Amino acid sequence: MKTVHRIVLLCVMYAGAVWAQGNLEINTPAISQLRDAMQARHAQLAPHYASGALGLTADGRIALRDANAVPLAQRQAVQGLVAQENGDRDALYREIARANGHPEWEADIRSTFAQRWIGRAQSGWYVQSGGQWSRK
Amino acid sequence: MNRSHTYKALARRSPPRRSMAIVLAASAVLSGCVTINIYFPAAAAEKAADRIIDEVWQLKNGSQTPAIPEGKQP
Repeated sequence: MKTVHRIVLLCVMYAGAVWAQGNLEINTPAISQLRDAMQARHAQLAPHYASGALGLTADGRIALRDANAVPLAQRQAVQGLVAQENGDRDALYREIARANGHPEWEADIRSTFAQRWIGRAQSGWYVQSGGQWSRK
Repeated sequence: MNRSHTYKALARRSPPRRSMAIVLAASAVLSGCVTINIYFPAAAAEKAADRIIDEVWQLKNGSQTPAIPEGKQP
């Protein structure tokens, strides 16, 4: 009987361990800092998503897909924003993998984000799939 | 006489069996834990992505227009 009790206890602990796996750690200082920087930058990027100048790529980044949609005077600034955003996105995926003790998850986290960015993009924004741009 | 013999026999036999059962259960649990940690938790990652996207695009506060689903403003 004692053995049965122990096995039941172990099963309960196992279920607890499974439940604890339901969330990924995203509340580290590094992740919060990247998230806040991206949030602040979004205000500047948003009009360019809407105009079609920028699009969301299949690899979890953003790209300047139509430079002519940006006024010449702003073009260089927008290119700089895109580079900064992509740097932060790459760092974000790497940091989430690291914060959860599995640096090898980086590619999986990137593709999960890519799907969610695209899935939740506003209508009218351009998204990439299979190398092709399409308008949501 | 006979009875005490069987008890003795049981006493000799049961502890190894019990410990074997515990070892088996423990190894099952441990291998389960290892399995969970090796495989990528796709559902958890999706949840984490959504929480970060909510923040970056400010979709939860309702302060910005969330996605305007094909509704044309008059």
